[in-house]
Amino acid sequence: MTTSTIAILGAGKLGTVLARLALAAGHRVLVAGSGDPESIRLILAVVSPGAEPARAVDAVDAADVVILALPLGRLGTVPATALRGKVVIDAMNYWWEVDGTRDDLGDLRTSTSELVQRRLPQSVVVKAFNHMGYHDLDEGPRPVGAADRRAIAVAGDDPHAVATVSALVDAWGFDPVPAGSLHDSIELEPHAETFGANVSAGELEEMLERFPSTLRGLEVTLARS
Amino acid sequence: MIDVDFGLDTFGDVPSDETGAPVSHARSIRQLVDEAVMADELGVDVFTVGEHHRAEYSVSSPETVLAGLATATRRIRLGSGVTVLSSDDPVRVFQRFATVDALSGGRAEVILGRGSFTESFPLFGYDMADYEVLFEEKIELFARLLTERPVTWSGTTRAPLTDADVFPKTEQGLSTWVGVGGSPQSVVRTAKYGFPLMLAIIGGQPQRFAPYLDLYRRAAEEFGTTAHPIGMHSPGFVADTDEEALEAWYPHFKVVRDRIGALRGWPPVTRSEFDREVASGSMYVGSAETVAQKMARTIHAMGVGRFDMIYTSGTQSITDRLRSVELYGTTVIPRVRELLAEMPARPAVVTA
Repeated sequence: MTTSTIAILGAGKLGTVLARLALAAGHRVLVAGSGDPESIRLILAVVSPGAEPARAVDAVDAADVVILALPLGRLGTVPATALRGKVVIDAMNYWWEVDGTRDDLGDLRTSTSELVQRRLPQSVVVKAFNHMGYHDLDEGPRPVGAADRRAIAVAGDDPHAVATVSALVDAWGFDPVPAGSLHDSIELEPHAETFGANVSAGELEEMLERFPSTLRGLEVTLARS
Repeated sequence: MIDVDFGLDTFGDVPSDETGAPVSHARSIRQLVDEAVMADELGVDVFTVGEHHRAEYSVSSPETVLAGLATATRRIRLGSGVTVLSSDDPVRVFQRFATVDALSGGRAEVILGRGSFTESFPLFGYDMADYEVLFEEKIELFARLLTERPVTWSGTTRAPLTDADVFPKTEQGLSTWVGVGGSPQSVVRTAKYGFPLMLAIIGGQPQRFAPYLDLYRRAAEEFGTTAHPIGMHSPGFVADTDEEALEAWYPHFKVVRDRIGALRGWPPVTRSEFDREVASGSMYVGSAETVAQKMARTIHAMGVGRFDMIYTSGTQSITDRLRSVELYGTTVIPRVRELLAEMPARPAVVTA
């Protein structure tokens, strides 16, 4: 996976940070904003130099792995057909201050990544890079084995896709920590202890382990029983 | 060395009184007058109040507060930080600030923003789905109103205007900034209109924002607009010793941070996260010397032309707040200027 092509949909705070991480690891990186690629050319040149602006469909076509880094409320705008057969990393969160109050996104019976998977039935969705704040992601990459290396949780239903994404997480400077299925990825969403976590793999694993006994965990169990 | 302006910013956090009980919103607002008057007397360059619509904060109508400050102060510039333009009417915003400008003898300035809090949207009947278009259209209209000539405009977010002349006129134009929290698109938009940029840097290492300064300058170059000196604002608190500052600030910061965090799904903040922010992040908390050293390092590394400290954080006591303002004005600012003068010159900042 050393020189594979990464497409990032979303050229905001998170998208431009992820682009830097991918570029630093030697990938070709294509970034699509919400409109004309020309409108993000300068932004990428200055903030994520080396990343290429592209239309979403073109970026997706060229990519081995696609990252969704746009507001979850804009999920409807991602090119589902072009994403067929691709590994898609869902780095998004339900953020009511941007997305508005949405009963479907706040429903504890399903994780938001399951909703993303439903919207992209022919893609393989993996949740990753959502729980760490973008500035911690930016400051966080460390080489393998560094004492202060931080961890990123990875959740998904397809073991191959999870392995692919975990390898990327590792190559981009973080320890990948398995976090179960897409259904389980509610443990990585806002209101879970892991949300915002900028901690070591050991600490992240402990947070995931104790999730069922937290207030949020109990609410989720209740909603899902 | 580039001239640096120093400001104090607040959202009008409700402080606590001598007994530790939170004061009323009304008293919170009067407290701002005392603090602004002190800042004015101590030579602080600018005082801003930011719009919020939550119980923790007393300022929902910045320009009304500023109008009060206008007649109580003499030299200090009076700003909003920010005015949530998306959920306001650009014509009224202009009129209200032009009025403050008249009352203050040309000291008003507006910082337009989208706001990281969006309580104003449901309150005033706006749809979050229109978040982008509301700001995009309204900043465009506001830029035209600033010409202070009759405006003809149409869009989707307010009634059209035909040769609308808007009053009062100002004596020397209305100083207008745009506050940006970290969206590169917002930086480019600010440059497109040639407005000065105010960066909200409220967490993490400030140097992380350096590419945004570069982006602003390069975008201004492409658009053929002016790249003004850039401002930044970050939270801070000054007390007589480092320990006193940390202990007096942390509990109040934590209460408000955790309350707002709970709404956003963040777990409670920990002391070690706080200590990290103070040590290497974006909180300027400590003795006057500690805060001055940190401010000088940041200002120099970033090459900003303005540094505003968000000097209130939750239910601090009125006494602690006043003392912080006093130390900021009497000791921190002169010391930062002194430290900056000793530092090697930076490469010239592009200003046109």
